[in-house]
Amino acid sequence: MQAPSRQTSADKQSASKVEDMDSVIPESHAAGSSQAQSGSGAVKLSATNLNFFYAKFQALHGISMKILANQVTAFIGPSGCGKSTFLRTLNRMNETIKSSRVEGEILLDGEDIFTQEVSAVRRRVGMVFQRSNPFPKSIFDNIAYGPRINGSPSRSELRDKVEQSLRRAALWDEVKDKLNQSAYGLSGGQQQRLCIARALAVDPEVLLLDEPCSALDPIATAKIEDLIFQLKSSCTLVIVTHSMQQAARVADNTGFFLLGKLIEFDSTAVIFKTPNKKETEDYVTGRFG
Amino acid sequence: MRHFVEELETLKTSLLEMSALVEVAIQRSVIAVTQKDRSAAEEVFLNEAKINAKEIQIDDAAVSLLALQQPMAADLRLIVAVLKINTDLERMGDLAANTAQRAMSLMEVPVIKPMIDIPHIAGLVQSMVRKALDAFVQRDPVLARSVLASDDAVDSLRTASYHELVSFMEQDPQNIQQALDLLAVTRNLERIADHSTNIAEDVLFLVKGIDVRHHAETHS
Repeated sequence: MQAPSRQTSADKQSASKVEDMDSVIPESHAAGSSQAQSGSGAVKLSATNLNFFYAKFQALHGISMKILANQVTAFIGPSGCGKSTFLRTLNRMNETIKSSRVEGEILLDGEDIFTQEVSAVRRRVGMVFQRSNPFPKSIFDNIAYGPRINGSPSRSELRDKVEQSLRRAALWDEVKDKLNQSAYGLSGGQQQRLCIARALAVDPEVLLLDEPCSALDPIATAKIEDLIFQLKSSCTLVIVTHSMQQAARVADNTGFFLLGKLIEFDSTAVIFKTPNKKETEDYVTGRFG
Repeated sequence: MRHFVEELETLKTSLLEMSALVEVAIQRSVIAVTQKDRSAAEEVFLNEAKINAKEIQIDDAAVSLLALQQPMAADLRLIVAVLKINTDLERMGDLAANTAQRAMSLMEVPVIKPMIDIPHIAGLVQSMVRKALDAFVQRDPVLARSVLASDDAVDSLRTASYHELVSFMEQDPQNIQQALDLLAVTRNLERIADHSTNIAEDVLFLVKGIDVRHHAETHS
């Protein structure tokens, strides 16, 4: 597989193209400004002038935003707007795509993620996908997988970690008597919470959720949303969702993407009550297009 | 989406029908008082039932839209504003009916003083109501703010009228019933003005997303 290329920060600063990109960033939300966001916590992740290319196609244009620690940040926008691409960039998942290229900077606790070991980044920034993807293993082994490859925990340490992770994912009570059964025997909602528990088992600092409820019924969705709310105290969460109601329910801050650009990023209340950009207004009121 | 937009338009139209009923009720109640016009008062009483029915219909439609369409942003603000304006309009209708009742009482006795203050207050109040509703229709924040600025003038006139009517009562106990009726009329008009300022505040929330109630001005 061809490794994705990346311009350095210094290259970026000198590129006139990047200056052009600056003009598309909403002024109030350009790098260094996040006053409008809900909460005043520390910045966990920050992106500055991020451009992303699938070969010659530019999927992201000069994205700059600050994601605050222990908050839920939602990305909304129509299909193909770049929200999932941006999410996947946050833990370098896009680098598995051939001919992809990223420019710009993403800092995790102030450190450039592109200069770190990719496995170290992904250990700190976990991901849960749209479709639950349990391993063809027992429930126990699904959760134990991460801790095992990250060290050599004792049997009792592993048991504790599995229980703790399943409890954090609000799944323990439902599966504690069948830990050795196949994960495939769980319902769709349970499988999705299993995947969240699996991601939590390596104690990530950030959890990226890519449409985690799109295949779930309302009850399973409500459980995941409750879980997101509970996890906030110990984790920073970033969620991509097609459901504006879901973003409104769970997120502290919401970013609206359109055609690869971040149109507006503000507290969720502002985005859904009094958005500042016409494009956002048109999208959230369903008048888009 | 088209269906939702059509339903929003229907909701707005219903509120405008409601406001037309209320404006007529206020106008007829004032005529009933100032011109001792019994038929105008009776018209207000008949109108009140229509206003009450309209209030329920609008509330029901707005709540249904909230529940079924889960509106956002400007649509959400519109429906919230309609719900609040609807309540204000209904109260204005009640106050007009109360004024008409006082008019019926005033028709039974000769006037103790020339009717000067009440037509003046009524003119100001009706102008405020008209401007507030025009501001809603035109989504005009400048017009809405002009309504807020008018409220103090109505309050001052009402206070002056109050003192004058109290002095009439002190002069002759025979004046008390009539003075109390006139006090009630000025109080009703002043409250109608207050409701029109509420409507103006709701218009500012609708158009600008700001909350100016109780002298606060915050972005929601």
